Amino acid sequence: MRQLKDVARYVRSKNAGPFWVTVDVFCDDQASYETLCAAPALGAVAIGALYGVGSNHVRIFHDDNLKVIKISFPRPIAQGSARDVDSHAGQQFVPLLSVAI
Amino acid sequence: MPTPVKVLVPTGALGAGCPEDAFQRGVSLGPDALAVDAGSTDSGPYYLGAAVSKMTDAATKADLRQLMLARDKLNVPLIVGSCGTSGTNAGVDWMARLCEEIAVEEGLTATVALVYSEQTAAGLAPYLARGAITPLPPMDDLTQGRLDECEHIVGLLGYEPLAAAIEAGADIVLAGRTTDTAVIAAVPLMRGLPAGASWHAAKTAECGGLCTVQTRRGGVMMTIDDEGFDVEPLAADNACTPFTISSHLLYENADPYRLTEPGVVLDAKGATYAALDDRSVRVTGSRAELKPYTMKLEGSGAAGFRTMVFTAVADPKIMDRIGDWLSRLEAFLREGIGKVLKVAPADYQLDLRPYGWNALDPRHAPTERPPLEVGLMVLVTAATQTRATEIAKYCNPYLLHFPLNLDDPLPSFAFPFSPAEVALGAQYEFKLNHVVHLDDPCELAVTRTFIAGRGEFHAAA
Repeated sequence: MRQLKDVARYVRSKNAGPFWVTVDVFCDDQASYETLCAAPALGAVAIGALYGVGSNHVRIFHDDNLKVIKISFPRPIAQGSARDVDSHAGQQFVPLLSVAI
Repeated sequence: MPTPVKVLVPTGALGAGCPEDAFQRGVSLGPDALAVDAGSTDSGPYYLGAAVSKMTDAATKADLRQLMLARDKLNVPLIVGSCGTSGTNAGVDWMARLCEEIAVEEGLTATVALVYSEQTAAGLAPYLARGAITPLPPMDDLTQGRLDECEHIVGLLGYEPLAAAIEAGADIVLAGRTTDTAVIAAVPLMRGLPAGASWHAAKTAECGGLCTVQTRRGGVMMTIDDEGFDVEPLAADNACTPFTISSHLLYENADPYRLTEPGVVLDAKGATYAALDDRSVRVTGSRAELKPYTMKLEGSGAAGFRTMVFTAVADPKIMDRIGDWLSRLEAFLREGIGKVLKVAPADYQLDLRPYGWNALDPRHAPTERPPLEVGLMVLVTAATQTRATEIAKYCNPYLLHFPLNLDDPLPSFAFPFSPAEVALGAQYEFKLNHVVHLDDPCELAVTRTFIAGRGEFHAAA
């Protein structure tokens, strides 16, 4: 079974304001992009389970021109609060790298 | 038809620097305005809660001096938004003091408008009472109690108060919290250029050189005209491509196509990006939709005090069973804090963060192989610093000596410093994610003017 990191070229995460995280999945070619667009692991239900947020809050965008899948969801813990471990959400893409595609 | 407007954006954050050669090349292109953002919430709630700048005086002054000297030469408006990181009144006054010092040192004078946007819980109470403050997802409805918890509240200015200050004669505008984009869009919009192109150009340039290939080679020049905008890097040896420009809309945006600004929504879904040559890009087709005017609010308040202890473990016997060791240690510490210190569970927070194992992803502990070593950060949060440190000190001997099994020989772990406890001070948190609906874009902004270089500036905040 391939993992996301075997298919995508580059994956990153960052805050989108103090209350949201956004993850960008960049693809090199059309075939990889279409594979990832169709992958259940990059759907709202799987993302909600992976990050511990309600799937109804997960927003997913497919940019055909850039071959980018963008996934945004509310931060389970607001930025900089006592239990936040990643102030800029810069490492929040890592759990996604190993999901099965 | 309005004349095209060129806006020079030297950097994504005042104090981060713009190489002098790149900057001077930009100046030689004859910009109509110089615009830079000096703040963000991205560094966390401390800077707003404590109303202090993240950037040093020296780095901020170096960048501001570069801009003020160019402004003096070109005689075009200079706009600095979100002064002092969080854009509090103290942040604006801090920037004004640096501006005054530079003016005196360089022997120049300039009319400076200070546009304050700090709010108070009492000042916002009437808006809340009449239902004019609404939440943004994922937040709930605002309460007066929530407003009262904030040490500092700022409203994000749109372009209107900045444009009004320039129209009233300001050479330099030093603004409180402002949307990153309004700083850049202000002059194009006040000169009658289209909202779609102006806001999209501003969004593209808000992080300076981040929309270019060599992101640390300085900022960009934006030329906004009646049908779209052109982007080129300031540095002659840097480039923008349709990919670097279009993909920048993804950055730090939950929605890559629709960007909400005060009174307007940018819709970039239909925009097209074309290379003009090998280093500049033209963008057309951006649209803007007017909407009722709202100002976003940010608030930060104290949430106790923290003390940290950091220890490190590499013993293979513990590494093999790190999960067991951590859960036994935590249970032991919590029991002792209750029994020995008589502190109830509700009166403190204890977080164990095993760096090297699963500190960054506590929901997924790796099982396939043991870590080589673990840096264990223990964070204690309590109502006072004294209490937080007392609990941390109680934890200290166990973070040095806690064995995996009770009958193991006593281990000793690796404290990196002495004392092992570090008081981290007040813990702040963002309290607001709301907008206030305004009839007049300038009604919650306060502007005052002084002449820099004549010793006239006195802090208001």
